[in-house]
Amino acid sequence: MHTTPALEVEDLVRSFGDVRAVDGISFTAEKGQVLGLLGPNGSGKTTTVRMLTTLLPPTGGRASVLGHDVVTDAAEVRGRIGLTGQYAAVDEALTGRDNLFLIGRLLDLPRHEAKARAGELIEQFGLVEAAGRRAKTYSGGMRRRLDLAASLVGRPEVLFLDEPTTGLDPHHRNEVWEAVRTLADDGVTVLLTTQYLEEADQLAHDLVVLDRGLVIASGTAAELKSRAGGRRLHVRPELPGEAAMVAAIVASDVGREPTIAPSGEVVVGTSDPLALRRVEERLAVAGIAVAEIGLRLPSLDDVFLSLTGQATQGVPA
Amino acid sequence: MTTTLEPTAPVVGKAPARRRVPSTLRHGAALARRGIVKTIHSPEALIDVTLQPVIFLLLFVYVFGGAIAGNSADYLHFALPGVLLQTVVFASAGTGVGLAEDLKTGIFDRFRSLPISRAAPLLGAIGADLVRYLTAGVIMLAFGFVLGYRTSASPLAVLAAFGLVVAFAFALCWVFTALAMVVREPRSVQGLSATIMLPLTFASSVFVPTATMPGWLQGFVAVNPVSRSADAVRALLDGAPAGGAAAISLLTSAVVVVIFAPLAVALYRRRT
Repeated sequence: MHTTPALEVEDLVRSFGDVRAVDGISFTAEKGQVLGLLGPNGSGKTTTVRMLTTLLPPTGGRASVLGHDVVTDAAEVRGRIGLTGQYAAVDEALTGRDNLFLIGRLLDLPRHEAKARAGELIEQFGLVEAAGRRAKTYSGGMRRRLDLAASLVGRPEVLFLDEPTTGLDPHHRNEVWEAVRTLADDGVTVLLTTQYLEEADQLAHDLVVLDRGLVIASGTAAELKSRAGGRRLHVRPELPGEAAMVAAIVASDVGREPTIAPSGEVVVGTSDPLALRRVEERLAVAGIAVAEIGLRLPSLDDVFLSLTGQATQGVPA
Repeated sequence: MTTTLEPTAPVVGKAPARRRVPSTLRHGAALARRGIVKTIHSPEALIDVTLQPVIFLLLFVYVFGGAIAGNSADYLHFALPGVLLQTVVFASAGTGVGLAEDLKTGIFDRFRSLPISRAAPLLGAIGADLVRYLTAGVIMLAFGFVLGYRTSASPLAVLAAFGLVVAFAFALCWVFTALAMVVREPRSVQGLSATIMLPLTFASSVFVPTATMPGWLQGFVAVNPVSRSADAVRALLDGAPAGGAAAISLLTSAVVVVIFAPLAVALYRRRT
């Protein structure tokens, strides 16, 4: 029997004046899936999320959440989703507890239930000590967690996270990731947008890569990696000045011109598993000391580069 | 920071029972409560409705009082109704600033992604502000009493004066709400509001009798709705017949609401 997908997006378009921010994208997400929408700034990720969460009417195409059309059945959609936007949407003048209580009341929970639910989430997100303080005094990570908690008050079946860790330091980022994993384990369908490949790799089962409003690739992280071509041979000489010599040896063995990174790392794609051993021997013969050498699968960064010809931002350290 | 994110309760469970027809009013009230708590916790907003009326009254009565009316006591009697109106009118500009701030933070996105009426957040903001206006009005009247203001008006007339003031502020706050939707930047909203409110309140019968003003200004003052409202409030607080001015004041408020409330709501809905 056919089950209703959690998200169904068909030829979705949104224009702002002459700009087609989302230019006819299609994808689906099954229930319980964590889907990553990956793309650089301005690729249409946020616009897509805003349409799926009923905040912005599409210009064309259609989208549904759990079988409910985001335009014609918006109220039904709103009753089933949670949204955590790019900017923590909490009320700074209210305490953490009051923020969650207010959302509970707006979801028509009776007072005692709204209070109980707020208490549960405060504990779950490690905000017990801060619960009575106004959100103004919270750190960035605490605010994000409160924001995430606020989007969960109504126990949404589908959760939208728009760049949930942008601007967070690694420690707080890990906290948010951990929270997202817990939700996914509990069966919540999650649509996550990110410009960080590492984040997509860490959290999402499936990825949709957007660029300039178009879907340019989709699949699992592993599928996308294999699409970017075979393995890559990396050699980093002890002395960066010897990179050119290394490159010459690599090129003569593999038969392709490698790239040389500013760090002196020499990289070339190859499908020959024996290339590593041969290059290693020739470097030894040439007397070049090697700091690092190995064959590895392309990272999502390599995938993105090969798909768009443009590097994404790394996760800020 | 040592926090953990271990789940203590399953996140997904039975969805809480939701009433099928969510009431805009109930949600508006929950959001109004938020607005009131926010005012209590925000020093600037609180000063707007507590200290500011007191300072206004002190300044006007003791700086201008003697020069305008011969002595402070007489001027207090003349100016209090007008300053009451002016204070509340200025507080109504705060509605626009507060909304512009909320729209910047993204909290309205959260409200709008909830299964509540789109008008509820707007109603909540305005509901909370009505409480602010009333607070400001009560403080002003109480402080006037401390300074020696006495009235022979019946309690009913005092209530009616309050009603006029709040109705007028309620009408104006729709203007500032519409302004906030167009201008967006909280600071610009604040600046523009002051630019609009200063001539409206000063070029009126709020602070001085209008007889000494040049003719063209008297013409403006005569049609300035703030003047008519100030006259009505003054008459009511003096226990004098206020029928004509009160009717004009209420009619003005009604017209402003009829024009600006739908406009503000339409702008708010369009604004995403």
